[in-house]
Amino acid sequence: MEHLLIYFLLFPVLGYVISLSVNAKLEKSIASIAIVTSSLQLLGTILFGGYWYFKVKETLNIKQVTLLKTPDFDFYINFIFDINTFIFLFVGSLLTLLVSIFSKFYIHREEGFKRYFNNVQLFFIGYCIVMIAGNFETLFLGWELIGITSFLLISFYNNRYLPVKNAMKVVSLYRLGDVFLILSMWLSHHLWHGNISFYDASTNINQTVSLIKAHPYLSFSIAICIIIGASIKSAMFPFSSWVARAMEGPSSSSAIFYGSLSIHLGVFLLLRTYDFWSQVPYANYIIIILGIITSFICGAITKSQATVKTQIAYASITQIGLIFIEIGLGFKTLALLHFVGNSFFRTYQILVSPSVMHYLIHNQLFAAVKTNKKRPNIISNTIQMLSIKEFNMDTTLFKYLWQPFKIIGSKLSFLNNKWFYRSNILLLILGTYLDINTFNSHELLLETFVYVFASIALILLLLSFNERLSSKQAWVNVFLGHLFIMMSVSLNSHIQLKYLLLYLISISVFGFLGLLAITLLEKNTSKTSLDQYHGNGKNHPKLSLLFLIACMGLIGFPISPLYIGIDLLLTYIEKHQFYIMGLVALSLIFIEISLLRIYTRLFCGIPVTTSEPTAFKSS
Amino acid sequence: MIDTPSNSNDFSLSHTIETLKHYLPSQTPLKDFVHHNSLHAFQDKDFFSGIFTARDTFGYHVTLSIQEYRNLYNNNRISKAVLENIIEQKKGVAHVNEWYKKVTQQELIVKNKSSIGTLRKKWKEIYSIDLDNKVQPTLFRVICAYLDQGVAITQFPHLTEGFLASVKALEKNSLTSFFTSKRAKLLLENENTSIQDLLGILVGNESYYFHYLFDQQFSHRGWSGMVATLENSQDSLLDKRIVSLSDFIHFELLLEIDALDQKFGSSWKALENHLPDINNINIFKPYDIEESDEILMIWQEAFEWSYYDNVLAGLSNAYQKTQTDKTNKSFQAIFCIDERECSLRRHLESTDTQCATFGAPGFFGVAFYFQPENGKFYEKLCPAPVTPSILVCETNNNEPKKHSFLYHKISHTFLGGALFNVTAGIYSVFELIKNLVQPKMTPAISNAFLHVGANSSLTIQHTGQFDDANHLQIGFSIEEMVQCVKSQLLNMGLVKEFSPLVYVVAHGSSSANNPHHGAHDCGACSGRPGSVNARVFAFMANHLVVREKLKDQGIEIPANTQFVGALHDTAADQIAFFDETIISASNKVLHHQNVEAFETALDLNAKERSRRFASINTKLPIKEIRNKIKLRSVSLFEPRPELGHGSNALCIIGRRALSKQVFLDRRAFLNSYDYTIDPDGSILKNVIAPIGPVCGGINLEYYFSRIDNLKLGAGTKLPHNVMGLIGVANSSDGDLRPGLPLQMIEVHDPIRLLVIVEQDPIIVNNVLEQNPAIKDWYIKNWIHLMVMNPHDNQLYRYNRGQFEPYTIINNNISSTQNIQSIIENAPEMRSFTIEDATKENLPVYHLN
Repeated sequence: MEHLLIYFLLFPVLGYVISLSVNAKLEKSIASIAIVTSSLQLLGTILFGGYWYFKVKETLNIKQVTLLKTPDFDFYINFIFDINTFIFLFVGSLLTLLVSIFSKFYIHREEGFKRYFNNVQLFFIGYCIVMIAGNFETLFLGWELIGITSFLLISFYNNRYLPVKNAMKVVSLYRLGDVFLILSMWLSHHLWHGNISFYDASTNINQTVSLIKAHPYLSFSIAICIIIGASIKSAMFPFSSWVARAMEGPSSSSAIFYGSLSIHLGVFLLLRTYDFWSQVPYANYIIIILGIITSFICGAITKSQATVKTQIAYASITQIGLIFIEIGLGFKTLALLHFVGNSFFRTYQILVSPSVMHYLIHNQLFAAVKTNKKRPNIISNTIQMLSIKEFNMDTTLFKYLWQPFKIIGSKLSFLNNKWFYRSNILLLILGTYLDINTFNSHELLLETFVYVFASIALILLLLSFNERLSSKQAWVNVFLGHLFIMMSVSLNSHIQLKYLLLYLISISVFGFLGLLAITLLEKNTSKTSLDQYHGNGKNHPKLSLLFLIACMGLIGFPISPLYIGIDLLLTYIEKHQFYIMGLVALSLIFIEISLLRIYTRLFCGIPVTTSEPTAFKSS
Repeated sequence: MIDTPSNSNDFSLSHTIETLKHYLPSQTPLKDFVHHNSLHAFQDKDFFSGIFTARDTFGYHVTLSIQEYRNLYNNNRISKAVLENIIEQKKGVAHVNEWYKKVTQQELIVKNKSSIGTLRKKWKEIYSIDLDNKVQPTLFRVICAYLDQGVAITQFPHLTEGFLASVKALEKNSLTSFFTSKRAKLLLENENTSIQDLLGILVGNESYYFHYLFDQQFSHRGWSGMVATLENSQDSLLDKRIVSLSDFIHFELLLEIDALDQKFGSSWKALENHLPDINNINIFKPYDIEESDEILMIWQEAFEWSYYDNVLAGLSNAYQKTQTDKTNKSFQAIFCIDERECSLRRHLESTDTQCATFGAPGFFGVAFYFQPENGKFYEKLCPAPVTPSILVCETNNNEPKKHSFLYHKISHTFLGGALFNVTAGIYSVFELIKNLVQPKMTPAISNAFLHVGANSSLTIQHTGQFDDANHLQIGFSIEEMVQCVKSQLLNMGLVKEFSPLVYVVAHGSSSANNPHHGAHDCGACSGRPGSVNARVFAFMANHLVVREKLKDQGIEIPANTQFVGALHDTAADQIAFFDETIISASNKVLHHQNVEAFETALDLNAKERSRRFASINTKLPIKEIRNKIKLRSVSLFEPRPELGHGSNALCIIGRRALSKQVFLDRRAFLNSYDYTIDPDGSILKNVIAPIGPVCGGINLEYYFSRIDNLKLGAGTKLPHNVMGLIGVANSSDGDLRPGLPLQMIEVHDPIRLLVIVEQDPIIVNNVLEQNPAIKDWYIKNWIHLMVMNPHDNQLYRYNRGQFEPYTIINNNISSTQNIQSIIENAPEMRSFTIEDATKENLPVYHLN
């Protein structure tokens, strides 16, 4: 029966591929493909799940295909099916179906009708992957798809300022969450001395428990990484403010993403890894406390929000806080039920949010104006003011999370000269030499170089992140950053040449594509600096797409072999090498942020050179 | 109009604030949607110099682009003969060839010369700080929370004393602050801080203040405009708020100081220190016409006259053949002048060829406040500028008020929400499925028929009662009723040959999920359905004492004639008749026949409308189409329940005979007026007075929202978020979006209104000369005016203050006997670019 699991991916992928090839003018066909795909998926889920629930009930698990195998690393795709998969898949397919039907009419004649449906379908693929993923590597595949489609749907109106700015905000936070997932993957690789599937970790629970006992810190770190990853995705305090910022696309996409499916992924991650972290001391307390704080704070924010969608966003987060508490307490079934109710309800609420205007005003006609019964006091005023400002989460996150890197980056800007780059090239040559002759080299020297290379990678990426003028420079920096990471890791432990080549070729191909796009753009317009959004995508849609693909490639999105390369690379970092891992993890964050920053600044935002009407910055 | 200071060295705060208010958008909260000219501030100028000034000041787009005009020309949407004619008029015969080349070939360089924002931009240039990003999130949130009409569960504290006082009280009594630095908080608390002081800190030199405040307020014209509007009309909010633009500016300046202090401490200086030259500080530069603008003017007029000429040819052909027909009418029906009723009237007349239809502004001349049963507030039911002195109350409304529990606020709370989630939350998915599969009316959908109970009573006749608190008289006195009925009948030219049944058909619009639903209701009733007005008018006209007195004044309504009120739902194409119980036995039979005729006409109307809806195939069986049209109006997923006033272009003031034989594609406001009973133009004065503000306002709002949907319109409505129940914004952090959303204006051709009056030009000219406010619209070309002279069957065009004979340029009008097949085969737009969209708008046909 587990052999059928692959079909849960086949339908969505097939639907997506077909709809990619449909002419953008054929609205009905595009919508129909999405509707048929999600209907089939829903039907499949009900039939398969129903049979499973009544006849089997045992968790299904299958090791689908091995993508890459090295002596100590086995990259394989693994599927699982249990009650969590069943419920989440059911809710996801049903809501995707309903929203597709809704959108068929709602998005009619909108610029980007096809883009919208393609993104929703791609999101749905990612969602299905996460649901049936049997190990971290597979899950991460879907996780990244969801992240990037979220970015594209938040910035759906990519010729306005706020959607683009907020898309960057959200995707940066998502990336942070991704990296915590990568860290937990890396740590668990070391805990189990190899790749472990969720199924194995739960079935061999005795082994898991003894491993946790033997390595309390390591296991605790894994649990913490999982919890942080889940908290970011599910908008726990202090990450809650992104949900309201994400409500930039059409109501229908906000409904399915931020009302229901996307925002519950953290909940899913906790349920999926429940058997592991529930054995780790204190992990459940942390989850419960997070849930309590979030519920209280976001509950207060909900009450003071005067705009309909932000109110729904915070109401939803408040409930997810409760779901976290339920999970922490071990009430998994209740949590599932709560998830179902919250998803359905928030989707509904966002879809009908424009109705609120008429409904409440009409009611108000018949009800005397409410006045504050209680006299405001210093405590209620304080809560009210904090709630109106969403407890300053947005500004605080920026200040403590991103601002330090901006400051460091600008402090490092003195390095932005030819001598720095020339010495980098020399270093690369030296590195290659050392790499080839690893066995003759001195241990300490080698280790120093590992650190030097990893640090330079991060410096290059921070320079790119802070670059205000040349987009080419910023692009090249990311490319070099990749090289230095590769060099650092390969000096760290000897990697087979073919894998290095795989990595090198991937970054070279996508690096070249990106450079090509920038060069072509520069031929057409002078607006290629990075100090503002230029919106060149309006006049150069093809270049915009080309550049986006190049970015996806360098990010390590599953369209490029780099995706495996990055995972592979990480396994070569030893478990005691926290600093290296830290440097590499930070680099991975800034690779994505820098690349998307270049993309948005060049191609998104209010078009600077156009004769057509453009939006106000504040709208 | 407000003068802009030529030399602003002497800064006056009150003058600056008044000027700001004049230029800011003046849209009221969405619950009372009143169409108005988006560029009303420039109406003291001639149309073109007004709109070009607006462009050069605020950066709006005000005409189509040169390329769009040329594409329209290449698609034959602009006629060559008309283009040459326009050039000839403007440039003289000798220059036609030269200018023809210019308009069709010359490369135009479009430069953005807008002066708004140029001063405040210096912050970013000099200090690399984006003040908008720092200030606006807090500013919008605080003002929205303060004005909120009921989205939030806890109200903004300390509401009573006004915005700034409220913020002060909050700052004083709390442990936190909206500010992050000390100075701003101290400045707020200091009672003596003035706006000038704050500007002194930020800007320094007084000569920049005017420009700076304009830059600042126009960086978020939506909220500023809302604040300015609410300051002047506090009645626009049910839950009153005291707010003023100066309070708002005060708070924003403090936030700016705070943002700068936070980032730079004390190491920043006022802007004046960075501005070497004091030149070029006036944002309103005098407008000098340029050649590129002349080219755009020629194109715009050619676009307009290509259509007008076609209409005029159709009207004048039909007019030659008009014979006054004296047969007895089966029934008469009075509709709103609204161009959406133009097709329904045509279908009604074709269904029952013996009936007659009339058009009058949809409040039917009865202006009053309406209090629904149990209502705590009054609704104004007359054009927005009118202030009524009468109150009409509803009683005996037996229909229970329905609620939708899924909208209950408990769903937002902590534990209540949890309980709600696992119960109603799971149920909500069934509700959603139901609405996708079989949409139906729910309490959350704005239902035009619920405006007044179908069988409720109204206090129409004054019985000595008053609403003292609001200085309103309850009900109309007999004299007032006589006056209302008389002037209304005279205006329409319906003074004799009454049929047994006269229907007074108001209109409203039902739509789901639509914050802009008010924009689809009756503009003459302040954006509400006109059903109460129809009932009130019918009651008055049926009143025996009123009829007695009317008879004395020369209008004799036969005893067997009865007036019946009705409401047409323009989105659902449904009709309801009111007070049918009063219909006499003999009229009842006729009424049943007439209801049939209305139903058939509505079927046809639905079919005609369906051609513009992608979700409906116009060739389906007619009943099926009608049903689908009805479902659209209650479908949550349908952003276009109807297309409102989209495509409006004409206003015909005259007898129905003038337009009856012409297919005008729902583009004409039709106002009945009989020149034969108005030899001195005194009736015309009453009839033409509201045309400018009402029809002109609608037309110009559509014009500007169509031309620049991003800056002057509300943009696409799909990402809209309802802010505090007063307006919409994109997403959570955006500015309010006044104007019309994209979904309402796609079908609209941006052309000015052409008013055609059936009357002697001399009389029309007299009326204009005696009423400068009316004349203003036409002499400054914000509306075009033509006259059809019934004495010589000639058309005259109002040009520079006088009427000149007009010669039709392209006199080839197609005739058709089967308009249905033309509707069925009409093209559908491929995209909403003007080149594609305009193809949906059909030419004029002569109906045989």
